[in-house]
This record gives sequence, C-alpha cells and structure tokens, in this order.
Amino acid sequence: MKPSFDEMQADATTVREHYRGYEEWLARQPRDVMTSRREEAEVIFRRVGITFAVYGAKDEDGSGTERLIPFDLIPRVIPAHEWAEMEKGLAQRVTALNRFIHDVYHDQEIIRAGLVPAEQIFENAQFRPEMMGVDVPGGVYSHISGIDIVRAANPDGSGSYYVLEDNLRVPSGVSYMLENRKMMMRLFPELFSQHRVEPVAHYPDLLLETLRAVAPASVNDPTVVVLTPGMYNSAYFEHAFLAQQMGVELVEGQDLFVKDNFVYMRTTQGPKRVDVIYRRVDDDFLDPLAFRPDSTLGCAGLLGVYRAGNVTLSNAIGTGIADDKSIYPYVPKMVEFYLGEKPILNNVPTYLCREPGDLKYVLDHLGELVVKEVHGAGGYGMLVGPAATKAEIADFRKALEANPAGYIAQPTLSLSTCPTFVDSGIAPRHIDLRPFVLSGKKVQMVPGGLTRVALKEGSLVVNSSQGGGTKDTWVLEA
Amino acid sequence: MLSRTADHLFWMSRYMERAENTARMLDVNYQTSLLPQSADAAEKGWKGLLSISELSGDFATRFGQVSARSVMDYMVADAANPSSIRSCLMAARENARAVRGKLTTEVWETQNQTWLEFQRMVATNDFHKDPSALFEWVKFRSHLSRGVTVGTMLQDEAFHFIRIGSFLERADNTARLLDVKFHAVESEFFGPGNGGGRARDIEFDFYHWSAILRSVSGFEVYRKAYRNVIRPEKVAELLILRQDMPRSLAACIHEVVGNLRRVANEQSGETLRKAGRLMADLEYGRIDEILATGLHAYLTQFLERVATLGVGISRDFLVPVEA
Repeated sequence: MKPSFDEMQADATTVREHYRGYEEWLARQPRDVMTSRREEAEVIFRRVGITFAVYGAKDEDGSGTERLIPFDLIPRVIPAHEWAEMEKGLAQRVTALNRFIHDVYHDQEIIRAGLVPAEQIFENAQFRPEMMGVDVPGGVYSHISGIDIVRAANPDGSGSYYVLEDNLRVPSGVSYMLENRKMMMRLFPELFSQHRVEPVAHYPDLLLETLRAVAPASVNDPTVVVLTPGMYNSAYFEHAFLAQQMGVELVEGQDLFVKDNFVYMRTTQGPKRVDVIYRRVDDDFLDPLAFRPDSTLGCAGLLGVYRAGNVTLSNAIGTGIADDKSIYPYVPKMVEFYLGEKPILNNVPTYLCREPGDLKYVLDHLGELVVKEVHGAGGYGMLVGPAATKAEIADFRKALEANPAGYIAQPTLSLSTCPTFVDSGIAPRHIDLRPFVLSGKKVQMVPGGLTRVALKEGSLVVNSSQGGGTKDTWVLEA
Repeated sequence: MLSRTADHLFWMSRYMERAENTARMLDVNYQTSLLPQSADAAEKGWKGLLSISELSGDFATRFGQVSARSVMDYMVADAANPSSIRSCLMAARENARAVRGKLTTEVWETQNQTWLEFQRMVATNDFHKDPSALFEWVKFRSHLSRGVTVGTMLQDEAFHFIRIGSFLERADNTARLLDVKFHAVESEFFGPGNGGGRARDIEFDFYHWSAILRSVSGFEVYRKAYRNVIRPEKVAELLILRQDMPRSLAACIHEVVGNLRRVANEQSGETLRKAGRLMADLEYGRIDEILATGLHAYLTQFLERVATLGVGISRDFLVPVEA
C-alpha cells in the first residue's frame, strides 16, 4: 500500500495532538448544523462578491462566469513548532532567491561558479535583458513571494514538507487566506475562544509597510498603487480587496501616464505622481513600448521610468527567471552559494527533461511521474502519470519528445490529506499550502498561508480553476 | 481620486436612478392601463413611454406592434435594450464592482444583491402576474441604495460624484416624463384654442395628471403643497420649479450645483458656471412664463442643457466621453 499522511489522524484511531481539541468539537457537531453553516458561508461569499472569473466560460447572457471558490469548513491546523521551522526555511529560501535574481542581472557569479548552466538563464524566456545592470531599491526583486509547500508521506508513515514551486511573479490567493479566516470566525466564534490561533488579519499592513519600504530612495512619503488588468481578470476581487485594505488607489493601465520620466495617475484633481506600483499585471503587458505592443493593460514608457529608478515595480520585472520550473532544481544550491547555509526546506527531487539521461528515465516511467510544462501555471499543461489514461500518456509522450527542454518531471508525491466536508460526509482530501513571504527592509510573513484542497476524491490538483477549494489555515500559538 | 473611479461612481448612481425612473414610468402606465380607457389611449401611453427613452425606433424594428406585455418585457428584462431595468441594474452593479474598494461594504453589497435578486426574480417569477410588485421592489432598492450611500459613506469626493450622478439623471428623467405626458395633451391645454372643457375631460384630466404625480411620488405632495384640485399648470410648477419637491428639476439641479462646488478643480469653472446659471433660471423662473414660451420648447432646451452639463462634468473630472 502506498504510504499516506493525514494531517489529523495519526492512524485510524489516534488523532494527532494538535488536532485533538478541534476533533472533539467536530464530533459534537450534528451534520445538519455543518451543512447549514456551509450554506451560510456560500450565501455570504456570494453577497460579498468573493468570486473569481473563469476564463473562456460564459453565462447564457454572454457575460463572464463568476464562480465561488469552494470553501471547506474544516481548518488545516499546523502546530507551532512546525510553523517556526517552516518560517525560518521560507525566509531563507526567499532571501536566496532574491540574491539570485540580483546576481543574474548583475555579475552572474553563480554562472561563473558553474552551479547554474549559462544557457538555462540566457535562453530562458523569463530572462529580461532589459534588467541587466538595473539597481532596484534594497536589491530586492521579489517583494511578494508565494511558496507552494506540500507534505508528503514517508515510507515509515511520517511526513515531510517539500517546496513544490516558487511563485515570484504575481502570486495570488492571499485574499482568500484573509476572507477564509473572517468567515471561520463568523461561523464558529466558539472555536476561536477554545483555540489559540495565530491571527493573520494584519497582512495588508505588512504588505503596505513592505511596499513603502522599497520606494525610490528620494521619496519621503511614497504614493503606492495597485495595478490591475481590470475587473474581468480572474483575481480582480483580490486586487480590489488589497487596495482597499491598504487604503491605496486601484489603478488600471489607462489611469497611468508617463511624463518627464515620472509616472502619474489621472485624478479628478489633475495628475498625481506614483512612486510604487504593486502590479498584478505580467511583465509582458507592463509597457507596450518595451514588451507586447498590443497590450492595453500597461503604461507606455513605464520601463524607462523604472530603469531610471523613478518608480518601483512590485515585484520587479524579470523575477520569472527564478521561479521557472527549470530553475527550481537549483534553489537548494543557491541557498548554500549565497547564504552559506544548509537549506531548511526540501525540494522535491526533479528530473530535467533537457538532460538526456533524465529524459530517458522520464520517458520510461511516464506512468509514475508528474510531468509539468516548465512555463505552465494553474495546473494546466501537466500530466499526472498514475491518474492518466493510456491515450493521455501517449499524447504527452509526443509533446515531451518534441520539446524535452519544455518539461520537468517529479515523482508522484503522496500529498498529505486533511479531513474535508464533502457531499458524502467528512472524508480525507489532498491539500497543499501557499504561505506569502514579504521582502522589504526585512523578510516577514503572517503565520500560515492559503491551504488549497483537491475536492475530488483522490485528485492531486488543488488549483481553483480545476475543482480545487480552500480551507482556513490555523497556526496554533506555542 | 482617480478619474476613472469617479466615472464609475457617477455612472453607478446614474444607472440606479434610471432603473428607478423606468420602473416608475412603467408602473404608472400599467396602473393607468387598468382604468377604463380606449385601446387607442392605452397604446398611446405605451408608445409615449418608449419615446421618453428614445426607444420607439428600436422597439418597432424588433417587435413591431406595441402591446402592454411586449413593452413591459422590453423595458424590464430585455438584455439587448440598454435602457431596460435589467440593463440598468447590471450596469449599476458592474460600475460598482469596478470600484468596490471605494464603496462601503454596505453600498457594494446593496448593489450586488439588487442585481442578484433581480435576476432571480425575473428568472423564477412571471412578473406579469403582478408587475407593480416588481416596480415597487425596484423603487425600494433604489431608495435603499441612496439611503445606504448617505448613511454610510464618508462625504468625500466619491460621495459627491455619486450624488451628482443621481441628480443629473433624475433631472433628465423628470424632464422627459413631463415632456411626453404634457405633449400628449398639450394642444388641449396650452396650445391655441384651449379650455374646451368637455365633460369627459374633467375625469380624464384627473387621472392623467394624478398619474404623472404618482409616477414621481408627487400626488400627496401636490395636495399638501397646493390644497387644491389638480390643475396642469400647478403640476408643471411643482415638477419644474418647486425646490422643496425632491424630484423637481429645480431640486435636482440645486443638488448638482451643491455637489459640483465641493469637487471643483482648476478646469471646472465653466461647467460650474453653466450649472449655476441653470439653477438660477429655475430658482427665479415663473410657470406662466414657461408656459407662454411653450412647455415642450422649454423642456427640450432644458434637456440639452443637462446633456451639456454631463459632457462638461465628464471632460473636467471623469473619463471624457469619446466624441
């Protein structure tokens, strides 16, 4: 039997220490009460408008589909000592990643040291030559990093955390972390009086502090804005939410313009200078003069202002070079190279299909591996070997053989499960965790992160676009 | 505040106000249609309603024959009609959604819930069974939306642009309503050879004018203000010049000017001047003068001036209207 790890149950009869209080409470709750709480949550989420848009899907009247991300009532609980260790590991990893990005766009010592092959950088679509030699405030590139972590079962039944993926471009989901907590406190206030759960509601404060800390050095009282692609973007709710929580303007590309090497926004009282742009728009769309000329989401001339140091972009342009799946295998080496420390967080062992030896192994073991497109996101463009049909594997083999460098492969991890309230009752479902790490003057984060859950039985895909849901994440106080 | 944000706020409240006024006009036409009247008169009422919204052409192309049911379908739930209650509520909600961060939670949730409930009501109920209930509901949601705005929002720029949108739209709608309703009978009252005084007309008059008053919640107001039988020139005076009547042109323009002053910027002087002048004309105008020049001409000119104000506000503060 494959090893498995459940966050709550150590075995069929034993509940893990940190879940005991919750489990006793849960056992006392009648099922219909839980069902009505879930309905209540759904009504509130819809009324508040916490929805995401599904690309390509249309309602019958032709407007875009807005869906709720299913919210599960049973929290994922992390004991204090595990979080303490994870927090250290996250700070270490993100610090190293930022050092790496700085290095790539400056002296490239890591290439010269032979640790990362030069072509992995220069032939990478995420490498931005425009950033060569550009100095960003504090040398920090990825101010907001979403690090995806899973726990996998070891053969002896214990579990280990692994970093599955770094998200250093425009990681999303933090608004769900905050709203899920609000919802839980509203639905089950008694649980929070019985448990000492670390609060997360100060995230927007930390975010604003971080963004202000990385403003151009000459600015005393920086004007921060959030740049959104607009209300039809799938994460629009989050953009609006964060802008509101921070008390800053939510702007679209059309609200910005460049004049005399500064960026301004159009206001009812005339132009106002902008110093820090928390942009939720991809690099490619930021400046039609520098990147995609057909983009209407950005601001013409922005790159020039940025390179002159007159505006800060969060995250910086070109961070994608460090969260690319083909760079991922090198992160543990970066930690050692830049920080002289042993990595605290583990990587998942990864096969680089660009290497002939690895490719052969992957082709021979397609049925056991998870194969991912190097540039894919959102759970698209991946093959989960054990769950795939013969035809799917055959199709994927063709794609892989045609472009080996476009793929990496990893062993199928047996992701940990967490009890989840589904139609058939309470059943284990696979989960992951995305903590959000903020890097400004210092590296900080709120305890926990967003727990995503694959609601389909046996499924390992937690992405909201593919039937995933979310849970509140509790870090218990020590 | 971002110009685009102000633009969304302005249009959010305009669309909500428009939905309310459309519901008011539909309701009064529906109520009137329940009174004994000729088929011809009934059809005239529905045609007038379409022409108020400048939709006669579009309706004729798509549906041809005018009937109570088809006009109500078209004006309530038709997604292709930009002035239907459905389209207005959706536009109000979409504008609110675009700037939800600038609204209080209560304002946003009111707009969002109005749209969600409307869709459900139209999908699950046959509103023709009791159209008045739906119209009442729309009016109520609009009252709620204004009330929650006044009751929860900081009185900053956002608030002023919302108010300008409401009152500019209301001024426009009241003027259109007056124009159509008076036009329908103008020759008999204000044109040459008026005062026929046939027996039929006395009864007809009462229902005609009281219907107009009811559509702007003005029936009881009229009684209170004039303590007299309902006379057309008094109805016109109430709805054009009385500043204490909340849906009159004078009251609406007064609010527009007051809010415009609060948001004035370097380039808005000319727009403010025009608005102030329009206010002065209403404040010092007299109904006999207006009737002497001709009500239709007067209202046509008023609508043009309101439209000019709208363009000026867009140019000075908002996202300029594309020429």
